[in-house]
Order: sequence, then C-alpha cells, then structure tokens
Amino acid sequence: MTAGRAHTVGLAVAPTGGLALLEPEASQEDPAWLTGVRRSASDWVHAHGFPTRKDEDWRYTRLEPILEVPFERASPRLSHQRALIAINGLGADLGGARLIFINGHFAPELSRVGELPDGATVTNLASVLAEREERLEPIFSRTFAPFHHAFAALNTALTGDGAFVSLAANTVVEAPIELVFFSETDGAPLVSNPRSVVLAGPGSQATIVETHTGLPGEIYCTNAVTEIVLEPGAVVEHYKIQDEADSAFHLALLDVRQDRESHFSSHVFALGSHIARHEVRVYLEGEGADVNLDGLYLPRGDQLHDNPVLVVHAAPGGTSRQLYKGEVDEHGHGVFNGHIVVRPGAAGTDARQTNKNLLLSDDAEIDTRPRLEILTDDVKCAHGAAVGRLDEEALFYLRSRGVPERTARAILTYAFAREMVDLIPLEDLRSRVENLVADRLATSPNERAT
Amino acid sequence: MMLSIKNLHAKIGGNEILRGLSLELKAGEVQALMGPNGSGKSTLANVIAGHDAYDVTGEVLFEGEDLLAMSPEDRAAAGVFLAFQHPVEIPGVGNLYFMRTALNSLRRQRGLDELDAMDFLEFAKEKMELVEMDRSFMSRSVNEGFSGGEKKRNEILQMAILEPRLAILDETDSGLDIDALRVVANGVNALRSPERAMLVITHHQRLLDYIVPDRVHVMAEGQIVRSGDKELARALEEHGYVGLDEVSLEPSASVAATP
Repeated sequence: MTAGRAHTVGLAVAPTGGLALLEPEASQEDPAWLTGVRRSASDWVHAHGFPTRKDEDWRYTRLEPILEVPFERASPRLSHQRALIAINGLGADLGGARLIFINGHFAPELSRVGELPDGATVTNLASVLAEREERLEPIFSRTFAPFHHAFAALNTALTGDGAFVSLAANTVVEAPIELVFFSETDGAPLVSNPRSVVLAGPGSQATIVETHTGLPGEIYCTNAVTEIVLEPGAVVEHYKIQDEADSAFHLALLDVRQDRESHFSSHVFALGSHIARHEVRVYLEGEGADVNLDGLYLPRGDQLHDNPVLVVHAAPGGTSRQLYKGEVDEHGHGVFNGHIVVRPGAAGTDARQTNKNLLLSDDAEIDTRPRLEILTDDVKCAHGAAVGRLDEEALFYLRSRGVPERTARAILTYAFAREMVDLIPLEDLRSRVENLVADRLATSPNERAT
Repeated sequence: MMLSIKNLHAKIGGNEILRGLSLELKAGEVQALMGPNGSGKSTLANVIAGHDAYDVTGEVLFEGEDLLAMSPEDRAAAGVFLAFQHPVEIPGVGNLYFMRTALNSLRRQRGLDELDAMDFLEFAKEKMELVEMDRSFMSRSVNEGFSGGEKKRNEILQMAILEPRLAILDETDSGLDIDALRVVANGVNALRSPERAMLVITHHQRLLDYIVPDRVHVMAEGQIVRSGDKELARALEEHGYVGLDEVSLEPSASVAATP
C-alpha cells in the first residue's frame, strides 16, 4: 500500500478533550459558505479523530502531550507590551511590509504595510473575508479535503485570522513581506489557528518571511496553515522561522500549488517548541515548474522536530530539490520524512532529495525516511540520507589550540548548520537567522529554562 | 626544566605504543626526535597535546605542572602547541575566525583583552608574511582544500599567532618540496627564542639542515634508544635506523641522564 492517502483512515483516536472540544463559533461576519465549511471541518475532526503513531505520516510525532492539554482559544489582547518587546528583539528590520499577529489575531497598530507596487495587496485575512470574501472560497474549501488531517481541519474550523497576500500579474514586490506570529498567555494554555494565503499571479514575484515566536515557559499551541498558489511564471520564496518557546507546541502545514514555469522555494528553520511539526506539501501542477525545499532542524533537550515533506510531480518537466539538515543533541528527536510522488504523465521529472544529520548525543534520535513513488517512466530521481557524528579529530584540533570544549563543539555544530544559513541571500535575514541558530546550538533548552 | 617526561607508557586498543619513554627539554632548546614509522613519535606528540584516545601512565611535567591531568585546551593555555602531521580539514569554519577564536581563548585564560576582527588581522599580518601566506587563506575554511604544503604553513602560522612556550612539530617537513620546506623552516627559526622550547619530529635529516637542533633522539619501539648532538642525525642519514646499531655512538643511557 502506498502511503499517500492512507493516513487519515481508521486508527484514529476518538477526540475526547483539549483541542477536540473546541467548536467553531458562529460569527455574524462569516459568509454563509464559510460557516458551512467550518461546520463540516469540525464534523470531520469528530468523525475521524486525530492521527496516531500507527498512521504512516505521523508515526514519529508524539501527539499525546498536545492532545492532553486543555487548550482554550485566545481572545485578542488588550496590551501589546510584551509583543512589542519580542518584536523589537527579532533583529534587523527587513524593510518591507510587516504584519504582526498576537495569538493569531491581527494587531494593526503594530503592523505596517508600507509602500507596495500597484497590484500588490498585503493585509489580514479577516479584512478580506469582510470585504471581498468570494476570492477565498475556492482556497478555503480546498485545503480541507478528505485526505487532510485533523489539525488542518481544526485550523479551518477555528481560524480567526492570518495574512493575505495577493499579487496581480507581473507585480514584483522587492522587499520581503514579513509575517510575525507572536503568542502569549495569561497562564492558561492557548491555541491559535492562523491561516495565511498567498496568491501569486502570473509572472509576479515576492518573498515571504514567516516567524513564529512566544514567551519562554508559556504553554501554547500554534496550529498554522499557510497556502501559496503560484500562477504561471510566478516566483515565490518562503522563509519559515519556527522560534517558539521551548514549552510550546507548533503544528504547521505549508501547502503549495504551482502552475507552469513557476518557481517556489521554501527555507524552514526549526528551532523552538517542545514538539514541532512543519509539514510541506508541494503540488507541481503545471509543466516545467520547479521547487527548492530546504530545512534545518536542531532538536535538543526534549524537543521533537518533525519535518514531513511531500512533493507531487503531477505535470511533465518539473524539477524538485530538497536539502534538509538536522542536528540532534541531548534527548532531542529529529525526523525527516520526505515523500516524492511522480504521477503518471509527469515525464521528464527531475527530483532530488538529500537529508544529512549530525547525531550529537547517545540519547538523541534521528529518523530519516525517504520515500519515492514513481508512477511514470523517463524520470530522474535521486535521494540520499546520512547520519554522522561530530568529527572528534576536528574537536581535538580546536581544543589543542586552546578553544574550550564547549565552544569547540558549538563551532563545529554551527559549521554543519551554516550551509543552510548561507542559502539565505537576504543579508539582514541571514544575520538574524545566524544569531538564532548559533544561540540554539550554544544553549540547551534545559539551561534556557533556568 | 620546561618539559620533563618520565617512564611514559601509552596504549591504544590494547597495543602498547610508548614503553617507558623519558625525555627532558629546557627553555630555549630545540630537540629533534627521529625514528622509523611506528616507533611512537606521533603518539608521543598526541599524548603531550592531550589526545584522549590513549591509556597513559607515567609522568609528564610542564613547568612543574602535571600535564596529563589537564584538558587539551588547558595545555594550550599553559603554552603547549602541536603542529599536526595531518592537520584536519574543518569545512564551514573560517580560518581567520578559527585563529582569532583560538587566540582570544588563550588571551582570556591569561587575563588579557580579546582582539576584535580588525585588531586580529593587523596582529596576524606579519605572521602571515612570515610563512608567505596571503589573506585569501584566511577567508577559506580551516585547511579545506589546502595543499599539503599549505596545511603545514597554516600550522606554523598558528604557532606564530599563539606564541606557545613549547612547540612540537610532528613531521612538519613531510610532503614538502624544497621551497615549502625553506618557508616552513624560516618560520620555525624566526620563532626560536630563549623562552621557547621545540621538539621537532622528523624522518629526514634534511629538515635539520635548516632547523639545527641542540640534541637529536632516536626512537624505536616506544622508547628513546639513542641520543646525541646533530651529528647523530647525519649518522642516521648515512647508515639508516637499521645500521645504527653497528655504528659506535654515545650510548643513550648516558645522554638521557643529561639534561
């Protein structure tokens, strides 16, 4: 049995508490179609339940700790003080539009759109729902499809807001569009369900930087869905910086559809969270589309970083590249679960996948799982996975020059991660990520907590 | 006495490589250590630098301190430096950053201010000239893609920058052509000083034409079997290690006792 669609059928946990108790609220602002979509998404969660580890795509994700927490939905915050501090701590301003969300709710007074070219719209989803909701119906209805999982369905049922970016044909937005999702609680565990949509018209170009962060020690859950649609010839670059509190949970789906000759790239940096899952699904639906997916995950302490990647070549002449690197220390658990499907008719496909890991402790765990499902001839597919240890001779070399062991280890682990950081062409963003990565590698979550 | 080694034994995987070696070095001295492959020269160098692959017994005192009880970084801070026979390549770590980090680690331990990138580059400039390395080497990853000669020059550069009290050069001449050998030897000679001791490990007498040692030792099977002045190196070149037994030389026992 191939794994593509097997995972939501049967074997589900009957939803009993926590997230499962959350119901969509009837909102007068919702258009009728959305009320219907929310209702059926919620019904779907109740009928199918949450995935379990018997489920092919979820076998490495511990969901029990998330499902046990009595999460509540967050209301909009009255004070933005803590959010401001966190946002100011992000590092260099990238100079473009910046939308800030607190617990999934848009904070217009902290956000700025700045100057955008004609044909570009950068705003929050709720305002689009209020004004031009007909644009969203096809997108909203699609992600919630029978083969998607309970968390995506829950996002559909519960989402209040998120980012909305739309680019008319040939519109080029030079400065990166930054989306910051900040979470804070008043002590009670909160869940937010941000939903973001990027519609890139023919020949348009944009860069999206999505950052998720929160306050140390707080228990919250981000259940995010980001959908990106690329029309012919569009170019979209997406960065995801998952820098949640180490006590938080992060579940995310990045769902991408590409029409012909479009170019998409995704860079994910998984740094924070107690349990994090960043799922990427890319459908190459038009001829000659190409996609580059790369990722860096650094679980340590008791962190789990799960990285499921699905690339579906549904049209001829598509190119896909994946490069994921993991460094797993202490009791950390890193997962790369990369699935490439080449559908019948997708002749001339060129798909490559590489996963490299550094295992830094005897208690750490790495699961790397490449899956190829090739249903047509005339394709080039290659995959490779490696798990190695820190080079002890290099460590001795540095120490013999007077570098303390701890620093020497940090230098070597950073050197391994650096390749992924160096793939960021935007200098300000690169130095921001560089600092975050170096800081994560130098400090265990256990130390951070004290 | 700067370095005093007494009855040093080192085992790796149950194999005894050093079998009761004793050696002494005074400040200002340059001593050469020769011997066939497998005699334990590199093991001695690694044990002094603090490589943890060996089971070590015996005594190694550096300026009266128990070196064997110290971590490799503490040994470096105390002033011990090993120029590696096979310097490791470290992709992703810039050479300049590496050397500045190393120097600042030592400076911190010695209570000195750290150097920022600009000050460090200024400081390193004349050292780079010493070993004829241009700045392009500093922007590359440590030893990555360096030729054999470039790796050895990079070792001497580190020695010049870190200014150790005791330098062990482990076959720094191996694999060098005559020009590279001259560059390396000039670098080493420039660093000779009354405060610094050097132990030069080599296969060939050739290096000792450039770096003239105060004493020469011959190692075999984990011990020093002969010691003498620089003429011993010439005798070796002429007769080989095997022929050495038949040549009349001062016995090692009498030399080993001489500081």
